[in-house]
Amino acid sequence: MRTWEFEQQPVIVSTGTVGGPFEANGRLADDFDTLHGDLWLNEDTYEKAHKVLFEEASLRATEKAGLTKEQVDFFIGGDLINQITPTSFTAKTIGAGYFGLFGACSTSMEGLALSAFIINNGGAKCIVTGSASHNAAVEKQFRYPTEYGAQNPPTSQWTVTGAGASVVMAQGEGPVVTSATIGKVVDMGLTDPMNMGGAMAPAAVDTIETHFRDRNIDASHYDLIATGDLGHIGREVAFDLMKKHGTDIPEEKFQDCGLMIYREDQPVLAGASGAGCSAVVTYGHLLNRMKKGELRRILVVATGALLSPLTFQQGETIPCIAHAVSIEYGGGSL
Amino acid sequence: MIGQFIQTFFIYNYNFTEQTAGNPTVAVMIFIAMLLTGFGVYDRLAQFAGAGSAVPVTGFGNAIISAAIEHRSEGFILGVGGNMFKLAGSVIMSGVFAAFIVGLIKTLLIQWGAL
Repeated sequence: MRTWEFEQQPVIVSTGTVGGPFEANGRLADDFDTLHGDLWLNEDTYEKAHKVLFEEASLRATEKAGLTKEQVDFFIGGDLINQITPTSFTAKTIGAGYFGLFGACSTSMEGLALSAFIINNGGAKCIVTGSASHNAAVEKQFRYPTEYGAQNPPTSQWTVTGAGASVVMAQGEGPVVTSATIGKVVDMGLTDPMNMGGAMAPAAVDTIETHFRDRNIDASHYDLIATGDLGHIGREVAFDLMKKHGTDIPEEKFQDCGLMIYREDQPVLAGASGAGCSAVVTYGHLLNRMKKGELRRILVVATGALLSPLTFQQGETIPCIAHAVSIEYGGGSL
Repeated sequence: MIGQFIQTFFIYNYNFTEQTAGNPTVAVMIFIAMLLTGFGVYDRLAQFAGAGSAVPVTGFGNAIISAAIEHRSEGFILGVGGNMFKLAGSVIMSGVFAAFIVGLIKTLLIQWGAL
């Protein structure tokens, strides 16, 4: 059993989302709290800018909840940079107890699931959780120098510059976290780091099907099932796989955060990715839609490819994971 | 085509012949590639041009200068100096090795009197 049910219903009392210039031109620009016109964010390195992104999102979330940093019990987060240093520097700023996570692009929901679990079991009153990524800092680490003229294949994805954080508390007003399914590592033997959507799709399918089985529900329970960053190709692969397994999800209900964030005409190839992608879309766009009453129950399935530049150069396959968290809002029988 | 234009420019204005105009032309092309890289345009050009911008000598210039810019924040010696050739190094190695093999074949053929 990999699914937790949260009877105490931990509440997401507030969120903070910060984006970069490319996101400001995207489809969801209105859902961000802060948008920056410059990738540098007035810092002298991209890594420092990355840290500032995460700090701003976390502090914004606590501020919106009417809390001070001292009232935060734990900070749970992660990013894609070596040894997750941007997150650790953010944790230093917040000064709360700190859990550093690495789940690649699935970190956002891994953090939310853990936060909800701790709160549900009385381990804390207030937890800040989130994840972040910075296009230039991440590209530098995983691929070529940012200004290097390499031609990316159409399966490759664009790393989001953004950070999303939320404040989870035992009591309060807001959407509640009702359950979470923790993913297991699924490795189908793919080795192409330029097609991570395709590699991650089986992990997403495994987690979604496990979630349905463990809770004894089907897709009709949710208004929306949003995967993290599968992109065009990954979404299609996942959809076909579920059809084959007999898991029935209407196509319009099965959306991908990596396809929501940018406009069609932005040059992102297969879609967006990055640890910040599912965080900003969930904590910004999706929760806003829930508050407007457009969505009542959603399942966010954040997907992560747990590779490093070293493992794929050594010819290793790409291990993938997906964590699902269900969020509900708007009263009624839950 | 741009290269040809520059070459013709050198031949007509600076007393270069068709044989000697190659060197300044290549230098100018590399300089342009470096400028475009610095301004952040070359990588966008390359997404469209593909091998057309990666294979010629301009792609080589781009490989060096982009790595140098990228690692500037880690200092001049270990950052820029140590990483400048991280992409171009393999190109140089392959070039030297290929030249060695071709040279070997040519020498052997001459030795055996085939040429």
